[in-house]
Amino acid sequence: MTMSDERTLDLLEAKIAELRELDKLDGMDLTAEIERLEGKLQSLRIDHYAELSDWDRVKLARHAKRPTALDFIQRMLPDFFELHGDRLAGDDPALVAGLARLEGRSVAVLAHQKGRTTDENKERLFGMARPQGYRKARRVMRLAERFGFPLVSLIDTPGAYPGLESESLNIGGAIAECLETMMALSVPTVAAVIGEGGSGGAIAIAAADRVLMLENAIYTVISPEGAAAVLWKDRDRVREAAQALGLTAPRLAELGLIDEVIPEPLGGAHKEPDTTADALRNALSRHLEELSKQDPEARRETRRQRYRDIGRFHTLAEGS
Amino acid sequence: MPIFREREYLRVNLGEQRDESLWMQCKACGELVFRRRVRENNNICPSCGEYFFLTATERLESLIDAHSFEDISRPIVADDPLGFHDTKPYAQRITEAQEKTGLPGAIIIATARIAEVPVIMGVMDFRFIGGSMGAVMGEQICYGMEEAVRRRRPFILVTSSGGARIQEGMFSLLQMAKTSSVRSRLADERLPFVSVMTYPTTGGVQASIASLGDIIVAEKGAVIGFAGRRVIRSTIAEELPGNYQTDSFALEHGLIDRVAARESLRDELASILRFFHDDHE
Repeated sequence: MTMSDERTLDLLEAKIAELRELDKLDGMDLTAEIERLEGKLQSLRIDHYAELSDWDRVKLARHAKRPTALDFIQRMLPDFFELHGDRLAGDDPALVAGLARLEGRSVAVLAHQKGRTTDENKERLFGMARPQGYRKARRVMRLAERFGFPLVSLIDTPGAYPGLESESLNIGGAIAECLETMMALSVPTVAAVIGEGGSGGAIAIAAADRVLMLENAIYTVISPEGAAAVLWKDRDRVREAAQALGLTAPRLAELGLIDEVIPEPLGGAHKEPDTTADALRNALSRHLEELSKQDPEARRETRRQRYRDIGRFHTLAEGS
Repeated sequence: MPIFREREYLRVNLGEQRDESLWMQCKACGELVFRRRVRENNNICPSCGEYFFLTATERLESLIDAHSFEDISRPIVADDPLGFHDTKPYAQRITEAQEKTGLPGAIIIATARIAEVPVIMGVMDFRFIGGSMGAVMGEQICYGMEEAVRRRRPFILVTSSGGARIQEGMFSLLQMAKTSSVRSRLADERLPFVSVMTYPTTGGVQASIASLGDIIVAEKGAVIGFAGRRVIRSTIAEELPGNYQTDSFALEHGLIDRVAARESLRDELASILRFFHDDHE
């Protein structure tokens, strides 16, 4: 699929809507035509989205209309109650935190939040969290631990915000402390990558008992653009880089690095945000339910061992 | 790693390691210096004080009591789980790095003594694919910490790494969580972990295990930080001060406890270890 193909699909969809309007007018019977075009649209969609390349998925994960974390939260957790501030240096709108009720229990929520408009993105920095965000996250992790609230993380960031201010406030240290804290929690933790899972800024709040991904989300050690620049020395080799990095949900499930791929509607989550939010909510609830049955100590031990065991290598042959 | 290629960014010159001639030219001051004198001087230029690069073994020997170390690294080498191929196949990169360094991976784990105190050490080697952290490095660090628990010894990690190893994709990123996981066991056991950051300690290594030391010491000339100048230029195009991510920047902003010159790092570690050693035991 290419973006121009997607535009074709959008145009066709708009045409059908137009015909429906016309159909309502007296003396017009366009039912047959509408049905024919709908059939055509459906088959085009199936063709286009059946064979998504990894780079296509990167573009879907970053799609301007893709539901953001708060779009999902609004649908899944209507009584979400936001908490602000790291109690130290400020509040970071790129990483929202709060409490909510899910299936009759209180949960703590952490989520990267991208903006929808230019103004929103000025504030939310395209979901690139700063040290203030990670320190707020850590504060809320500890709050969750104290009161036994399960932790739900929604991941959607191109990466942590780089720059002088971030370095001055030790962004690397803030990420490291989040990781260490996530390994120490005894409450159940579930993370879902809903869009972009970009590098250290993503994993900081994603090292959970269960890691889920929406079907067209990506999770990667470096952006395809970054990998193309660093390894291929050619910014145009992004398709190749995306493919090589193994960053899609199906691929990461196959590699055993994530637990579940949550299906998206044909064309991506933005086509049917409500359906996607339902599927996400169901998956989160199901995993939390399973985890809640475990003994807290055993659960933490399982989590630590899960991460302890990640990595593939082989034993050196004798004498080599 | 290309991130550190810019001239103004270089604090330590990666001199010609293979040149076995008697003399070498210091890239900083241009002086021709006697190679043996450089080596005897901890790879510091006798003329201008510029730090030359240390291999993992040289670094170890510079920090510990003479003849006290034993390499206990796990005998493992990297897989190529993604079949990664950029300008050359990953498998070939590993073989080349092994031939160049004589090491199976980018880190060695050793038992040693520092001022008579037995410790477990992990020492990275930047020559091995930029000291990048893939599955082998993550495993070795974890193994080192677990040995520290088993033998009830302090753990010292000397970092020299550009960050996560891109060629192992998410397996590399997850080493950040892996090392943090075992680090928490070390904390549960109340065994000290001293992190020694040398040139460079950046990216996924700085944003995980290296920043989790109970005490963090940087070697003079270290570059310490998360996102390098290149990343910042390509994402937000911000003006950066000359001391950005230097040892003094890190000290000033509270990222680390102390900065030590190369020749005094050993004494620095000895002083730290003393506080964790109970004379009445």
